[in-house]
Amino acid sequence: MDRSTSAAFWRGLLDVLPFLLIVVPFAVLFGVVARDAGLNLFEAMSMSVLVIAGASQFTALALMQDQAPVLITVATALAVNLRMAMYSAALVPHVGKARLGTRALMSYLMVDQAFAVAVKKYEETPSMTLPEKLAYYFGCMSMLAPLWYLFSLIGALVGQAIPAELSLDFAMPVCFIALTAPLLRSAPHVVAAIVSVVMAVAFAWLPWNLGLLVAAALAMIAGAQTELYLNRKRAAQEVTV
Amino acid sequence: MIDTTTFWTVTILMAIGTFLIRFSFLGILGGRELPAWLMLHLKYVAVAVFPALITPMVIWPDATGGAIDPARLIAAAAAFLIGWRFSVYGAIFAGMGTLYLMQFVLGAF
Repeated sequence: MDRSTSAAFWRGLLDVLPFLLIVVPFAVLFGVVARDAGLNLFEAMSMSVLVIAGASQFTALALMQDQAPVLITVATALAVNLRMAMYSAALVPHVGKARLGTRALMSYLMVDQAFAVAVKKYEETPSMTLPEKLAYYFGCMSMLAPLWYLFSLIGALVGQAIPAELSLDFAMPVCFIALTAPLLRSAPHVVAAIVSVVMAVAFAWLPWNLGLLVAAALAMIAGAQTELYLNRKRAAQEVTV
Repeated sequence: MIDTTTFWTVTILMAIGTFLIRFSFLGILGGRELPAWLMLHLKYVAVAVFPALITPMVIWPDATGGAIDPARLIAAAAAFLIGWRFSVYGAIFAGMGTLYLMQFVLGAF
């Protein structure tokens, strides 16, 4: 690594620090819930390491405890993770030229927090080179992934969740609000975000977390259409002037 | 109790399925040029997914059993304002700080 990529790596490592507020309690809670569900230490840790997607792991545990059929459990848990296909697509323009093995490792490590922090950085800093972008992403995940494993383990060993009085459940919305708000720097971004909120409420009744996917798809279309509309309006004005 | 065979079947299928979801576009499309219409939509992935992801957590928090909680609504608004105008760190402090303050103030009544 030369100086600029090593700087990007450390930058990524530091930029995800606020997200420890989400990852640490969430990981501890998973460890606790997994042991409560009757998994042994090895099983609980295997799930955290192999799947590395907290929300879907909780979903699967709950369904398995309810004795749901295997296929229903897997399908529901995967529906929770489907949003990551959108992250995968959104990363293509930035890091699609990386080597296949690198992209596979990035895919394994693709979590909400890393995607959110990395895409914000990439958009704010268009001058970043590919090696810098990769180093930044792996910097983020070098902080998050080991702590996800470690605190799952601590939760499973200690069996004690972080007290509910601390309301750390709310760290997740707060961190994502904090990251999304600065992205609202153009009219199409604002329109997309508003459509996303409204449609998430309107489609909250859909099963299997599908409301999220419908809301996100509609919001993307709304953002894109607003951009096209504004471009047409600008072009029309230029013609008349 | 969770049956051991069920657990491993579910975990391994989830691991494979989740990886394939994550690898999907990044793995297949790789360095290829994407069509313009797709690029146009991909610009909005973050602002399209995150609000939909967190809105239900703000309006119907698990911690209150899904009941609307004024403290959380006000805290979310504070985080948004600070994040929009100032900084990410500031927004997180403002959000959690406002939540604790509101819980204290509202709890006093």
